[in-house]
Amino acid sequence: MIDVSPTSLVDLSPAEWTAILLSLRIAIVATIAGLPFGIFTAYALARWHFPGKMIVNGVVHMPLVLPPVVTGFMLLILLGRKGVFGPFLADIGIVLSFRWTGAAVACAVMGFPLMVRAIRLSFESIDRRLELTAGTLGANRIWTFFLVSLPLAIPGIVVGAILAFAKALGEFGATITFVSNIPGETQTISAAIYTYTQVPGGDESAMRLTVVAIVISFAALVASEIIQRQAEKRLASFE
Amino acid sequence: MIEVDVGLRLGAFDLEVAFRNGEGVIALFGQSGSGKSLTLSLIAGLMRPNRGRVVLDGKALVDVERRVFVPMHRRRIGLVFQDSNLFPHLSVKQNLLFGRWFAPRRGREINFDAVIETLGIGNLLARRPARLSGGERQRVAIGRALLSCPKLLLFDEPLAALDMQRKLEIMPLIEQVRDEFKVPIVYISHAIEEVVRLATTIVVIDAGRVKAIGSPGEVFGRVSAHLAEERFDRASVLTMKVVGANAAYGLTELQHPSGTVWLAGPAGPIGGVTRIIVKATDVTLSLGPPHDLSTRSALSGTIEGIEKDGPLAMVAIALDGEGRLFATVTRHAFDEMGLDSGVRVFALIKTSALDERKIASIPRA
Repeated sequence: MIDVSPTSLVDLSPAEWTAILLSLRIAIVATIAGLPFGIFTAYALARWHFPGKMIVNGVVHMPLVLPPVVTGFMLLILLGRKGVFGPFLADIGIVLSFRWTGAAVACAVMGFPLMVRAIRLSFESIDRRLELTAGTLGANRIWTFFLVSLPLAIPGIVVGAILAFAKALGEFGATITFVSNIPGETQTISAAIYTYTQVPGGDESAMRLTVVAIVISFAALVASEIIQRQAEKRLASFE
Repeated sequence: MIEVDVGLRLGAFDLEVAFRNGEGVIALFGQSGSGKSLTLSLIAGLMRPNRGRVVLDGKALVDVERRVFVPMHRRRIGLVFQDSNLFPHLSVKQNLLFGRWFAPRRGREINFDAVIETLGIGNLLARRPARLSGGERQRVAIGRALLSCPKLLLFDEPLAALDMQRKLEIMPLIEQVRDEFKVPIVYISHAIEEVVRLATTIVVIDAGRVKAIGSPGEVFGRVSAHLAEERFDRASVLTMKVVGANAAYGLTELQHPSGTVWLAGPAGPIGGVTRIIVKATDVTLSLGPPHDLSTRSALSGTIEGIEKDGPLAMVAIALDGEGRLFATVTRHAFDEMGLDSGVRVFALIKTSALDERKIASIPRA
């Protein structure tokens, strides 16, 4: 019988705490590190015309449609210790395989399409004439981006970040393939839940972590809703 | 001083325009789709022409043959669109200062307080654009363009999205901007009252071509073959003297050698001179002086020209003294009254049709 009484749910074991904190760390780092790339890619896709745009768009969205294990395996091939870029990265002091940083990379890659999509929609909805107006007032493209486009895209950026964060929190397939399931190093909440369900007597731990995962995800959604609403109120369109 | 001579082909549309302005406001006048906004895009640098050049103050902004193209953010041309396009995430004050920040320090000749004062937007500075009315937004947009200290101001139908009340409120402000800040202006509109009131030179653009260039009087006194469609584009510009006021009724008396015109509302100091714009469709012809009629403004003259097109006739009247007035009447009325060249007539003008947009102050030299 699984004990779901409140006391047992808040009474988390050190191993469970480790998995939770690690998950948060990985998700936060994956989101923050992914944002600049996500914003740049979203802007390029929304506003620029360049050859191969469809290919870039396709590559960005690949993790969404590929089996996560495939994405994880490709990361292993590309960034693993013996992978294509692995030795080079190791030379400059970056080792990703079997490290939490590798888990963050896997999570960032998996969340990237969701992030880019939300931010791109936000950029696309900005009235082009506002950017043109900034141009006629003397702002070059870079200033226009930072003073007009970026602030106006904030609601979409928040949504994109939250989606990526939630995805990172729940990511399992790519992470476990790329960096394995090492407690304290790469074992996230999802991986821990999976592990607990595989061992006798692990059900209670699995249940507790499940509740924690629900709470964190829900809090993230509520936070995004609040932030977005405030941003929209600030930008309230002309009635 | 702006000099434009450009060509652009966009699909089936072919634009080919050339003009230059000397003094004062130059207006590009034409129906929507005539190519006037496209011309403005070429001046502002929003688009590139296939051919030709745009020169501002002796400096080439575009010169296709010499491969010169100055990007829009370095042209220092202020643009005011139909929609104010204020930045919604910035306060009014931040909007106003946006362009100023990019203007070279030495070129910041236009004083912030003077602009705020002229446009009457001092009490709005802390607000967000979303909390402004349409008229207020447009005033802020004009201020923002002006404060970027541009070498040229472009207005693209700045009043088109506003109701009549707001138009009447903004028009004099644009006039004041023209007179006080000495920035050359290119003004685009399809509203005859606006261009005649503001412009010294009018460029009529039709189907991508310049159809006429000249002073308001010359341009709108032209002869045209398409009367039915263009009767609303015909207007006469009359210079009149302010001779008195009827305070009890709030009227102003304007005098012309051929008669008197009453205006609803003030029109500057007594003894001054003003221009009024009379649309051809606002004029009624009578064979005798008006009596038993509500219309009190009448000018006498002799018919000097007639154009007939379908059910309508355009009559040109040489007013006694000086000036020429156009009137659109039906061909039916024209024939029944026995009108013809050389016939003496009274041109009746409805005072209430002369809204404030049709009364221009003479631009100060």
